[in-house]
Amino acid sequence: MVDAVIIGGGVCGCSLLYELSRYQISAVLVEKENDVSVGTTKANSAIVHAGYDPHPGTKMARYNVEGNALIKELCAKLDVPYKQIGSLVLAFDAEQDALVRELFERGTKNGVPDMRVLTAQEVWEMEPNVSREVTSALYAPSAGIVSPWELAIALAETAVKNGAEVRLNSEVTAIEKIDGGFRVTAGGEAIETRFVVNAAGIWSDRVHDMVNAHAFTVTANKGEYYLLDKSQGTLVSHVIFQCPSKVGKGVLVSPTVHGNLIVGPNAEDAEKGDLGTTGEGLAFVKKMAMRSVPNIGFRDSIRNFAGLRANTEIDDFLIGETEQKGFFDVAGIKSPGLTSAPSIARDVVRMLGEAGLPLKAREQFIDERRVVRFKHLSHEERAAAIARNPLYGQIVCRCETITEGEIVDALHRPLPPCSVDGVKRRCGSGMGRCQGGFCGPKVQQIIARELGIPQEQVMMDRAGTAIITGETKMGGRAE
Amino acid sequence: MNETLYDVIVIGGGPAGLAAALEAKDEGAERVLILERNNELGGILNQCIHNGFGRHYFKEELTGPEYAGRFIARLADAGVEVMLGAMVLDVSADKTVHAMSRERGYMMLRAKSVVLNMGCRERTRGAIAIPGDRPAGVFTAGAAQLYMNIEGYMVGKRVVILGSGDIGLIMARRMTLEGAKVLACVELMPYSNGLNRNIVQCLNDYDIPLYLSHTIVDIRGDKRVEQVVVAQVDENRSPIPGTEMTFDCDTVLLSVGLIPENELSRQAGVEIDRRTNGPVVYENMETSLPGVFASGNVVHVHDLVDFVTAESQRAGRAAARYARDGEPGGPVVTVENGQAVNYTVPQKIRTGNVDKFVEIFFRVNFVYTNMVIQISSGGEVLASFKREHMAPGEMEKVVFPKALFPKIRDGRITVSVVKEEDAK
Repeated sequence: MVDAVIIGGGVCGCSLLYELSRYQISAVLVEKENDVSVGTTKANSAIVHAGYDPHPGTKMARYNVEGNALIKELCAKLDVPYKQIGSLVLAFDAEQDALVRELFERGTKNGVPDMRVLTAQEVWEMEPNVSREVTSALYAPSAGIVSPWELAIALAETAVKNGAEVRLNSEVTAIEKIDGGFRVTAGGEAIETRFVVNAAGIWSDRVHDMVNAHAFTVTANKGEYYLLDKSQGTLVSHVIFQCPSKVGKGVLVSPTVHGNLIVGPNAEDAEKGDLGTTGEGLAFVKKMAMRSVPNIGFRDSIRNFAGLRANTEIDDFLIGETEQKGFFDVAGIKSPGLTSAPSIARDVVRMLGEAGLPLKAREQFIDERRVVRFKHLSHEERAAAIARNPLYGQIVCRCETITEGEIVDALHRPLPPCSVDGVKRRCGSGMGRCQGGFCGPKVQQIIARELGIPQEQVMMDRAGTAIITGETKMGGRAE
Repeated sequence: MNETLYDVIVIGGGPAGLAAALEAKDEGAERVLILERNNELGGILNQCIHNGFGRHYFKEELTGPEYAGRFIARLADAGVEVMLGAMVLDVSADKTVHAMSRERGYMMLRAKSVVLNMGCRERTRGAIAIPGDRPAGVFTAGAAQLYMNIEGYMVGKRVVILGSGDIGLIMARRMTLEGAKVLACVELMPYSNGLNRNIVQCLNDYDIPLYLSHTIVDIRGDKRVEQVVVAQVDENRSPIPGTEMTFDCDTVLLSVGLIPENELSRQAGVEIDRRTNGPVVYENMETSLPGVFASGNVVHVHDLVDFVTAESQRAGRAAARYARDGEPGGPVVTVENGQAVNYTVPQKIRTGNVDKFVEIFFRVNFVYTNMVIQISSGGEVLASFKREHMAPGEMEKVVFPKALFPKIRDGRITVSVVKEEDAK
């Protein structure tokens, strides 16, 4: 019997596995897909919120402000792209000016540091491309941007290095209460465990209901985005929010840690699993974004995507032990879920300890991680890297300057990727302007070579997303 | 880290770079180096195994690899140096080129002049924001061509192609010959941007329908593409509700335009023309940075490789001259776009550097018949050229003689296209 099973390899599940791997216990994370971080974690605004938005007293308010500080530390320790760039909430009329002041009050109560209400003039000095219609703004310097999937991957990798286990392709199909714990059936295999943590994102209601009375329903709410080329990545230097209003939280415009510009999202209820974009949704996002920043060059768009928020009946996170002793929910994790994840994880570990999980620290906890990012090296460092490993001298992704060495590194770290998109999430190959047109086939070859599998079996992303359908008549061979 | 001084460094070993390097050598440059990121020279021609190349330049029909091969074969005798697998990371205004390869490590190379020949890349699904799911099976036509012609893999069985550019048309035929069913070629504009011979030989000959003024409005599929929805568009290119057609397919190929690849040029500080997405160039293909030249698809997207060769020979020649003699200097005439003209190359002419005439290349913004191209200055028409048929997909060329330069007013000429009856 293991000590804990975590269901779901999103940023919450991975944060929790990382926190649990500090202790001398056995923890297993089960994930239905072939990689971690591939649900809501990989498709959101990638913002580390300051914490003025949630109402004081909510779980969201507390975890957000704590998580904001924790993420910064974690990203430094685990070598995850993060930048504290600050955020602005723009007001466009007197009503919104009042809302900005209200957000300032809320933030103060929540403990958000160093906020200021700016005049329009101050906004334009900070952000010359922001609309001339702005009347005031809330400035929160503690807000930041992060690579959410790299954070989840780094946390999971570190946990695995410290002895935790991740089982991919392991969808949970049943949970039974047994003596002293639970039997979780995942990927067809039974795991007996003392504790279960349900971090199954949009599916967390279904997992909850496997062994508890129905308590909440998750409604998927879709947000669609534009990702723009790096030529647009310096249009603004802060996260630019709009005031929350009747039509939703508003559309944001922000640089990403990878140097692009992200624009979105809208908010429409959707079927679980529906990640399609729509003409109307994208048109709405475009129109709304141009209210904040009128000169966004949408002709430099490189990708659209959509993500799903896990909304429930309650306007707060659902965190804690259920009626089944030993079963914990981490559910209803919508915005600011990414920011809150590290803080939620710590708190759930505390709860598990109180429920009887012995939290004896590991003697040697590995709490650092370094990744070679060739493009960020100096000339001298590049020369030294190639001398050390000639594979760093071979560029695979020309748009993002990603070398074969970095891809091979990722394929040999704990929790190696098995798909072209899995490599993309770890290395950034294919994230640029050509969207993998040039490097996709090469990345596929490298994966096949390093993992010792036929190239046809290397998927684009999830199981079944085949790129190649067979050989040509001659299979590329001469007669 | 080694530091060698070259006369001319050519960045890119595709058709443009090959022609530029050979011509620079021919013009007397001592040390000429081609830096090519792939492990073979030839660039995109290597995957273009169809014929039709070289009709103008060699007066015969060659395949892409054959066309490239003719130039590659001459390199050794000419004494052009080549580094393969060598990626250029940075070019500075003082013409220091940072490059690296597995074998040679990190290099800082210096040159008296540099020719930018990086070519172009394809516009992707994200660039045109096609809504829908994001399953596997959506390829740019060139990526599919790479999989099929270089790697020997099929990318699908039932195909819809968006865009009727030449690569899309060629791939319609290629996939058909490999046993796939191409259900439709869908074009947003009311005309095709592809060469007429390709429409005939790649679509009509295989009964593949071409839907003009149509676009893909939805891509559906959980893991692999399952369906696409195509709709007719109005004159503003907006889909017309009620005109949707659904195709059951597993593959979408995109042939929706090419973008010059100017990341290195931008980093170096080369002035870029927003219309071409390529460097602003003078009559000799020199960019805004003295001694930095550019030619081929990195400057503007060409229809035929033969024209890339000719343009790159001019660039190579000028780069060699710069390495020997320095900057030509002299008064500059700006070429402006008049009616119906989308862009011109060159954008600037140094009149003192022109021998007998300057060739001006441009594209029109729509399909026209019975038109007159006019070059004018200060309200006066200096030269006219009649054309029966003009289309955006066909690059135009006019020859502007030096004898007319004294008539240029205020250092500006305008290229415009007017109806025959308005030209009188």
